[in-house]
Amino acid sequence: MRELTYREAVRDALSLAMRRDPDVFLMGEDIAEMGGSMGVTHGMLDEFGPERVRNTPISEMAIVGAGVGAAIQGMRPVVEIMYQDFSTLAAEQLVLQAAKHRYMSGGQMTIPLTVRTQGGAGWSPGAQHAQQLEAWFCHIPGLKVVFPSTPGDAHGLLWSSIYEDNPVVFFEHRTLYPMKGPVPDEVEALPLGKARVHREGTDCTVVATGRLVHVALAVADELAAEGVSLEVVDPRTLLPLDEETIVASVAKTHRCVVAHEAVTRHGFGAEVAAIVQEQAFDELDAPIGRVGARFCPLPFAPVMEQFVVPHEAEVMAAVRKTLERSV
Amino acid sequence: MTHGVAKVAQRQELTRERLAFFLREMLVIRRFEEKVEERFRAGDLAGFLHVAIGQEAVAVGVCQALEADDVIASTHRAHAHTIAKGTHPNAVMAEMYGKLEGCSHGYGGSMHLYDVERGNMGSNAVVGGGLPGIVGAALAFKMRQQPRVAVAFFGDGATNIGLFHESLNLAQLWKVPAVFVCENNGYAESTPARQQLPIEDLSQRAVAYGMRSLVVDGQDVEAVHQAAHLALDHARSGQGPVFLLANTFRLTGHYVGDPQVYRPKDEVKQLRQTQDPIDKLREKIGFAQDEWEELEREVHELVEGTVEFSKNGTDPKPEDALKNVYA
Repeated sequence: MRELTYREAVRDALSLAMRRDPDVFLMGEDIAEMGGSMGVTHGMLDEFGPERVRNTPISEMAIVGAGVGAAIQGMRPVVEIMYQDFSTLAAEQLVLQAAKHRYMSGGQMTIPLTVRTQGGAGWSPGAQHAQQLEAWFCHIPGLKVVFPSTPGDAHGLLWSSIYEDNPVVFFEHRTLYPMKGPVPDEVEALPLGKARVHREGTDCTVVATGRLVHVALAVADELAAEGVSLEVVDPRTLLPLDEETIVASVAKTHRCVVAHEAVTRHGFGAEVAAIVQEQAFDELDAPIGRVGARFCPLPFAPVMEQFVVPHEAEVMAAVRKTLERSV
Repeated sequence: MTHGVAKVAQRQELTRERLAFFLREMLVIRRFEEKVEERFRAGDLAGFLHVAIGQEAVAVGVCQALEADDVIASTHRAHAHTIAKGTHPNAVMAEMYGKLEGCSHGYGGSMHLYDVERGNMGSNAVVGGGLPGIVGAALAFKMRQQPRVAVAFFGDGATNIGLFHESLNLAQLWKVPAVFVCENNGYAESTPARQQLPIEDLSQRAVAYGMRSLVVDGQDVEAVHQAAHLALDHARSGQGPVFLLANTFRLTGHYVGDPQVYRPKDEVKQLRQTQDPIDKLREKIGFAQDEWEELEREVHELVEGTVEFSKNGTDPKPEDALKNVYA
């Protein structure tokens, strides 16, 4: 095991795949000399050259579309969309092309495309550079949606995404890039659609994604001092979703809170809550709590931005409310 | 008119036999599409149908110039390209009937015809939606050093969408082996050129990206074929993409059932008398009446056979809808 940052883990998985396989190549804005706006591909141009680390024009539609076309021909392109806000520009190619060609052709083709993107609040870029849009893509049959929260998971899940024969939208959280964690020396492919139970507990399940996994773990530490035991589950893959692990956890704890940074309304957490009530209604001792951003665009002023997205206080409040409710 | 592609002087003479084959190909498409109109009006066919009556010479002229492992992407007006690329009309008609024997196994319909084995990467119901995929396919050919070309068909209307500009820019920047065939029929759905295009010479679109272009009479199959050869040779030899502008006429409405209120009443009638590519070729090669009648008989039988084949085809099970979403 090595200690890598989340950023290094993503870079390492990309590099290992590219060393092994000439079909893997990168396209994205500013990814070559600059190494990407987040520094993820730093140094890769030197190793792999400009044919395989392709700086592109600012053309999100065309580069995702070119990824679709190359993938259909058997390449395994990895396209970087600099900010997930800009995935809206590429949405047609993701939603109407990548997700549907296999289906519309009656299964004649595979589309091994990975689209990496990142986002996340906490640095006050305003309304167009930090929102979380992963739930949008979870609504599209034909796509897979991955959102790792640790370096190790980013490493193993990115590898699996590259070698997945379906289009994957791979979300990274900006604030996690400097976070260090263990990463296997050799690739250990992690299956898509399998959750990780980060912490076992008995009193309440928190299903959290991205940054909120670490928030939930911090809350779990605090509550442990009060004798309350939280179970923290990170789905890691949002589509397909590991319903079994989530439902099994709630069947054990009888309480559930879902937490993500994206807006709560119509969010990924709503789907988790629906699945839990459908499959484990009789197990629940309290209504399912939901934590997410307030329903407004991300504001600039740091004091407002901090107010809008959830932190420990919001997760703590939701867990307490759930725990206080008795049957 | 050319913008820098090798002069048409290098034309290869086509034998009468070869031209007679082109005539047959065009007639198959024409009678096939007339049959599609008839069966739609009779209530046999569901969905949204767009025929290419009048534009057959572009499909046949280009596709007859392709090598077997070149690929195409088509548009919502896809029957002609699909048949010209080698898919049996039975498989195309069966798709209209929603049968498993259809070229997209009933998952696509008229606007989503695929035949990956024969290099048809699919037709797109999003105007211009297939363009970047062709850039990506061509990029894959280039990276793998394969002598293959990827060809996109699209209409004049598509030159107004952002994706067109992003795709041509990217293709030229990376000098990928692609040919962009613009079927300029003067209407974007119902909107005439004067209401949607601020320029008359659409080859200026390519000039803006430094891309070579050719302009050809799209009603003259021999001229289209010749121009396509030049464009394909240029692309295949690594000199970069070509914009092939084929000026053509849609001798029918945008869709089957279109009352064409946006066109002068006698426009289609007049064009049918003067701009029918089949009449033009028939006259050019001096097809005798008995030769013509023999061809008509053969094609009639073939087209009647497509309906018979399709009616006897296999209906998918409703739950087959859930297959082919993922590989």
